[in-house]
Amino acid sequence: MGLFRKGTLSAILQRIFGKKHAKIGIYGPPNVGKTTLANRILRDWTGDIMGSVSEVPHETRRAKWKRNVRVENDGSSLLMDIVDTPGIATKVDFKEFMNTWGLTREEAKRRAKEATEGVIESIKWLEDIDGVLLVMDSTQDPFTQVNVTIIGNLEARNLPVLIAANKIDVEESSPATLKSAFPQHPVVPISALTGYNAENLYSTMVKHFSKKRRKKRR
Amino acid sequence: MTKKDDGISFNLVSRHKLNELSSNEKLQFILREVKKGKILVLEHGLTPMEQTILIENTMKEIEQDTFIGVEMEGYGQDNPSFIQRLFGASKKPRITLIGPADLLKTIRKDHDMIQTKIIPGRGAK
Repeated sequence: MGLFRKGTLSAILQRIFGKKHAKIGIYGPPNVGKTTLANRILRDWTGDIMGSVSEVPHETRRAKWKRNVRVENDGSSLLMDIVDTPGIATKVDFKEFMNTWGLTREEAKRRAKEATEGVIESIKWLEDIDGVLLVMDSTQDPFTQVNVTIIGNLEARNLPVLIAANKIDVEESSPATLKSAFPQHPVVPISALTGYNAENLYSTMVKHFSKKRRKKRR
Repeated sequence: MTKKDDGISFNLVSRHKLNELSSNEKLQFILREVKKGKILVLEHGLTPMEQTILIENTMKEIEQDTFIGVEMEGYGQDNPSFIQRLFGASKKPRITLIGPADLLKTIRKDHDMIQTKIIPGRGAK
């Protein structure tokens, strides 16, 4: 964690992003731990949190935005606006909220309606971000269409992607499967819940987003 | 969407037919057919940008008691060879399967195999 004089830090940030506030979107399917990871990052670097988490899918149904989060690593620094986005899905079934999670019919219908709006909002945000922290559940099959679609979309936009292979605290997790599924992008195993390997994630964020941005600006 | 007693429609859509349609027309065609309860196999799949728009349009079309969204699976894009890239070839989307989420369920997918099953009934049980 390095200390910078104000002018030096500003110059480095300008070189990295060409502007002082780069927007990093936290993306992924529902229930992979996006908000848990956002909370982890904010807690570690600002002492704040982003939002509530739940086992019930689509807990985050509106994008949340935290400005001016500075992540430092080994003499380098990254100043970000972090956007925690609702989970992207190809289907939303209110009956699942009732049958699996015990919500009333009214609660389930309202949650499903808001979830569909959240997916649309997440997709809209893609127009306005500079890089993506793509969260995947390392206990699940990585080849879901949502993962493939998001990655393809980001590649088409030439946006830097860093994959957080989350939930490595769970016994059946397999971050190696994620690495082999998406070898073209850096994959960092992490437990957002326990904070395990968070330092590695931060250092990779600083290096990867900076490197990709410089390359893009050439 | 109505579920017919006489079976589930399973349509193979040729590359030729898809190439005749603009991107918007293609997405409208797919969603219209899927909302009717049809399962489509597209010989020439959708680009990631088209897939994203399809997801967005699907969310706008969800009707909680009749249409809960789509199940969509396809292979990653073919990477053109170095020589092909020199002649301006870009990544090509490959075969893609799309159907109503209450009828079609993906069991497993990897680089070489997409396993799905058609489920009777509608919605989550």
